[in-house]
Amino acid sequence: MTLAPAAAQAHGWDGTRFAASARLAVRRTIGPLLFLLLWHTASTLGWVDPRFVPSPVTVLQTLQDWMFGQPGTTTYSGTWFTHTANSAYRVFGGFAAAALVGVVLGCLIGWFRPVADLIDPIIQMMRPIPITSWVPFAVIFFGIRDASAFFLIALGAFFPIVVNTAAGVAGTPKLLVRAARMLGIRAYMILPRVVLPSAMPFIFTGLRLGIGLAWVLVIVAEMMAVKSGLGFVMWDAYYFLRLDIIIGAMLSVGVLGFLSDLVIQLAGRWVMRWSRGL
Amino acid sequence: MKSAVVPQPQPQSRARIVMRSLTKRFTDIARQEVLTALDGIDLEIGGTEFLTILGPSGCGKTTLLNIVAGFEHASSGEVLLDGEPIHGPGPDRGVVFQEYALFPWLSVEQNVEFGLRERGVPRAERRERVRQQINSVGLRGFERRYPQELSGGMRQRVALARVLVNDPKILLMDEPFAALDAQTRTIMQQELLNVWSAERRTAIFITHNIEEAILLGDRVVVLTARPGRIKEMVDVSLPRPRDVTSTDFNKTRRRVGTLLEDEVQAAFSAVQGEINAGG
Repeated sequence: MTLAPAAAQAHGWDGTRFAASARLAVRRTIGPLLFLLLWHTASTLGWVDPRFVPSPVTVLQTLQDWMFGQPGTTTYSGTWFTHTANSAYRVFGGFAAAALVGVVLGCLIGWFRPVADLIDPIIQMMRPIPITSWVPFAVIFFGIRDASAFFLIALGAFFPIVVNTAAGVAGTPKLLVRAARMLGIRAYMILPRVVLPSAMPFIFTGLRLGIGLAWVLVIVAEMMAVKSGLGFVMWDAYYFLRLDIIIGAMLSVGVLGFLSDLVIQLAGRWVMRWSRGL
Repeated sequence: MKSAVVPQPQPQSRARIVMRSLTKRFTDIARQEVLTALDGIDLEIGGTEFLTILGPSGCGKTTLLNIVAGFEHASSGEVLLDGEPIHGPGPDRGVVFQEYALFPWLSVEQNVEFGLRERGVPRAERRERVRQQINSVGLRGFERRYPQELSGGMRQRVALARVLVNDPKILLMDEPFAALDAQTRTIMQQELLNVWSAERRTAIFITHNIEEAILLGDRVVVLTARPGRIKEMVDVSLPRPRDVTSTDFNKTRRRVGTLLEDEVQAAFSAVQGEINAGG
């Protein structure tokens, strides 16, 4: 607002606001556009080998064929939706399991001291272990199937969810618990009625970190432990040096990850609508 | 909760609180010393009395209230509520906290309804009682607002309505207006008196403000600096509504002021001593 020139301010509040948001949109588009331009130039002028870094135009053409091409034209034509559906199915399945177990266990750890003493050390020791090191076990126990991917994704997304939930629950203001007891709440209702709503901001932070990790791990799982999905396509395209396909898959994961995070953010905003305008 | 099942004695509920040689000690683990917050408090209060407790900061006023509320337990001595020892908090003792302690995720209406709902009061009755209570504290039109959207004075009205709707035997207030600006504070004091006069019940009100203590209380208990003992009890026989500019009011104010001044000095010296010893 303070940056708006006098002429724009003369149009009144709406005019100023429109002008300000238009300028913001322009400022935010410049960076990505410059990047695309650089990429395109580098590829077409041969600064980089276009076989290894295909130009944005090539990538777009590839994506179009991958999505809408006549199946059988090339190995990948028309298979995007199937692979993407497979990946999304695994992400949401694994994430849902992680959210359920993570929130429930996080509540117990954050609220009941003995549970924390029993379980928290295990979680803290397992948390730094890279999920990739679980791949052999996943394959041995669950085979080269969906179950492996579900397991790896759920395990990875579980940690941020459980840790954040436990922190939020443990941080419930003591005063609110006192107030609830003073108002006559039954002891077993304190957790659902006071602690859980109070921990919501933390729980949603955990869920957002969890869904981000789930998209990372679905690619890992599909590269190593399953034979379909965007991660599998990336690995497959790597063997055939189809780097345009890999970039297309990367873009797809980026957009899908962004959208699923947005869904969780909107859900959080709805659940915590009481904090509007904070 | 047990107290929820026990039927309220009468619509006009009143309590009798008896404290005998009530003592509370805390162990300061870091410094390896035992602090005595309250030392041998003997106090009786009941009926429709409005008792204010006045004392310098750190004298254990809040501890006293917390023990009656059931949040803390006495180290020795006893506190009886209608002849029974106190086991934990309950809706028969409504507490209004300085920090409001409203549930930020619940609307005004839902905050007021909380106690009734958790104790299984039928929906129709609940709604009616909540509606009446909201009207009586002047919150009509704000039912759907969330605490974050309200001013301090409005929040404290919600806190008051939230306990009054449970028809408590006793009202416990811990410096409820300390965080409010002077004008709002005056208004809230008046409204509290209006609500209390309409349906008199036992009230304990903690404050460090002399004028507030005299304006509200039938009796003012002045506590000493730590360890908190009863220094003096002052009966305030001024007729209500009280005029803070009247000669009689100021006579009382001077008397209580002198009593408190020594204790504030003592508390200040104690802090100075600790600083000197520590530094």
